[in-house]
Amino acid sequence: MKASIFITCICDSMFPRVGEAMVRVLERQGVSLDFPPGQTCCGQPALSSGYWDDAREVAKGFIDSFHASEIIVTPAGSCLAAIKEFYPVLFEKDPKYLDRSKELIRKTHEFSEFLVEVLQVTNVNASFPYKVTYHSSCHPRRFLGVDKYVYALLKNVEKLDFIPLAHEEQCCGFGGTFSVKMPEISESMVNAKVADILATGADVVVGTDLSCLMNIDGRLRKQGAKVRVMHIAELLDEGMRT
Amino acid sequence: MSHKPTLHLRDRARKAIKDEPMRKAVQKAVDRLSGNREKAQIELPSWDDWREQGKRIRKHTVDHLDYYLGQLSESVRNKGGHIHFAQTAEEARRVIIDICKKNNGKLVAKSKSMVTEEIHLNPALEKEGMEVIETDLAEYILQLAGETPSHIIVPAIHKNRYQIAELFSKVAGKKIEPDTPALTAFARQTLRQKFMQADIGITGCNFAIADTGAISLVTNEGNARLTASLPKVLISVMGMERVLPTFDDLEVILSLLPRHATGQKLTSYISVVNAPRKENEKDGAEEFHLVIVDNGRSRLLADEEFRQALHCTRCGACFNVCPVYRQIGGHAYGSVYGGPIGAVITPFLEDDFDFWGELSYATTLCAACSSVCSVKIPLHDLLIKIRRKRIELGFTHPLERVGFNMWRRFFKLPGRYKFAMKMASIGQIPLVKDGYIRSGPPPLSGWTNSRYLPAAAKKTFREIWQEKYK
Repeated sequence: MKASIFITCICDSMFPRVGEAMVRVLERQGVSLDFPPGQTCCGQPALSSGYWDDAREVAKGFIDSFHASEIIVTPAGSCLAAIKEFYPVLFEKDPKYLDRSKELIRKTHEFSEFLVEVLQVTNVNASFPYKVTYHSSCHPRRFLGVDKYVYALLKNVEKLDFIPLAHEEQCCGFGGTFSVKMPEISESMVNAKVADILATGADVVVGTDLSCLMNIDGRLRKQGAKVRVMHIAELLDEGMRT
Repeated sequence: MSHKPTLHLRDRARKAIKDEPMRKAVQKAVDRLSGNREKAQIELPSWDDWREQGKRIRKHTVDHLDYYLGQLSESVRNKGGHIHFAQTAEEARRVIIDICKKNNGKLVAKSKSMVTEEIHLNPALEKEGMEVIETDLAEYILQLAGETPSHIIVPAIHKNRYQIAELFSKVAGKKIEPDTPALTAFARQTLRQKFMQADIGITGCNFAIADTGAISLVTNEGNARLTASLPKVLISVMGMERVLPTFDDLEVILSLLPRHATGQKLTSYISVVNAPRKENEKDGAEEFHLVIVDNGRSRLLADEEFRQALHCTRCGACFNVCPVYRQIGGHAYGSVYGGPIGAVITPFLEDDFDFWGELSYATTLCAACSSVCSVKIPLHDLLIKIRRKRIELGFTHPLERVGFNMWRRFFKLPGRYKFAMKMASIGQIPLVKDGYIRSGPPPLSGWTNSRYLPAAAKKTFREIWQEKYK
C-alpha cells in the first residue's frame, strides 16, 4: 500500500523522531510512504485563535499539497480533528476548496486509526516491558474516536503493564494560545494531569497528539520527574526493535 | 447600574486559583454531579436520541419564538394572568417593582431564578424598602453571605459545609453543627416563617408552555411550590427563550434536564403553575404576572450562527465537565452566567465583545462541554466563533494580529516555512540547554514559568526525509 505522510508543523520542527518512528512502524507493515514537500501547517493555530482569513490562506496551500495523494497518514490527531471539523466551515463559500477539503478529509487517517482501520493491524509484534498509562487527547478522543485503536494496539504489546489514568477525559491544559494567554489556568490544569500520571506509578505516559504530550512532558521535566512521555508510534517502534 | 468587574479575566482567574477551599468544594461537587450524569446515561440506552429530540424541539421553538411567545401571552391572558414584556433589565425591574408597590408588598419570597440575578432584582427591591428572602437553600446561603451564584444549578457550589455552618451560626446567634441535617433544619425553620408572612412571591421559570400558559418549576426543595402558592401575588420571571410549545415537549425536556444536571430521573418537585386562583380553589396566588425578559436575547436570536445558544436548557452539564471551570470556579468568569454557556451568551447579553468576549479565552476548546450538552449545542465551536467575531470587531491585541499575519506570510509557502524553521532553530540556541528551553522572555515566559519547552530539532523531519528515505 502507498500512503503520504502529513507530518504537521509541530512534529516536523520539534519531534522529527516521532515522524521517523511512524515511518519505521508503517514500513514494517509493508506501506510505501511518500512525503509531499509542499505541506507546511494545517492552519489550526490561526483557526482556533479566530484568525480565519489567515487560516484559510495557509489551509489552501496545505490542501493543494496533498492533491495527488491517495491516502494520507498523520501522527497528530488534533490537527486532523481540526481539519475535519473546520475546513468545511472555513470553505463554506468556496466550492472548489470545499470539495477539495472534503476529499482530503476522506483520505486522511490518524496513525493509530490507520493501523487498525486501514491496515487491519492490531498486533505489530512489539514487546515493551514497562508500566504504561495513556493520556487521551481531547479532539482525537471526541472527534476521531482514537481511544479504541490505542487500546487495541497496546493490548497486543507483550509485557506491557497498562495502568489506567484517573480523570482520563480531562484536558491537559494545552489549548494552543491558551497556554500562554491564560498561563495560570493552564498550569493548574497540567498540574492536575501530571499529579494523576504520577499517581499511576507508570514509567511511560503514551498519547496520540504531540501538543498535549509536549505540554505534559514540559511540566514533568520542570518538576524533575522521571516518567517518559512517548507518542504511540515511538512506543510501538521501540517495542518492535527489542 | 454597572456590574462589570474591575479585573480582567486572567487576573480574576489568578485570584481564584489561590482559593483552595473553593477549588476543593467545586471539584468535589462537579465530580459527583458528572458521575451521576454518567450513571443516568448508562441507565437510559437511547440517551443520544433523547438529546437529538431535545435539540429538535428547542430549535423549532427558538426558530419560531415570535409565534410561541404570542401564543403564550394569549394563553396566560385567557386564564386571567398578566403578561409583561421587558426589553431591558431596567424595564424588568421597573415592571416588578410596580407590581409589588401596587399590592403594597413588604416581604418578597423568592425561589431560585437566574434571570432575576441577571436583572439584579434583589438590590432594586430592597432599595424600594422591601425585604427580600431567598428560599432556595443555596440562594439563602448566598444571600446571607452577600455573594452571587457561581453555578447555575448549584449556586453555592463554591462553599463547603463548615463555611455554611459558620454563616448560619451567626444568624441564629448560636452554634449550628456543620452537618447537613442540622443545616437544612435551621434553614427550613427560618424560611417557613417567612413563607407564611410573604405577600409577594417571585419565581423564575424553567419552561413556560405556550398552548396552555402554564409555568413549570423544577426544584429539589419544594420551595418554588410554596413561593408560587402561599403569597397573594405571584410574579414569574422568564428569559424570553424559556418557552416550549406543549406539555409533550416539556416531557422530553424534563427527561433531559434533571438527568444532565444532577443525574436524577426527576427532581423531587416539578411544579406547574396554571393561572391564578379561581373562586372555588383553596390555594394559589390570586394575582399572576409573567414577566418576559429580552435583555439582549434578541441579539442572539438575530444572529444565525449564535442563535442556537438560546436552545440551552440551563442544565449546567457544561459547567460540570469544563476543565477550566474546575480550576477557577464560577466567580472568576465575572458574569452572571459562567461556564462554557456563559462565555458564549454574555458578550451578546451585555452587548460588549471587547470586555466580555474575553471569556472566550477561558477555554482550551477541549469540547467536553459540547459532548455533554443536553441539547447538543456545539459550545466549543461557538467559543472559537466568539474569538473570530471579536477579532472582526477589532478587539484584539495589535501584536497578536501582527503575529498571525507574519505566520500566514511564512507558513503559506514551503520555502518561507523552511526558512522560518531554520531561523527558529538558530535563534533559540542561546536559550537551549539539554534539548529544552527552561526560561524565556514574554510571551514565551507564560509557557516556561511552569513548563520546559522542547527545543526545535536540529534537523526537521523533512530534512531527514530528504537525506534518509527519499
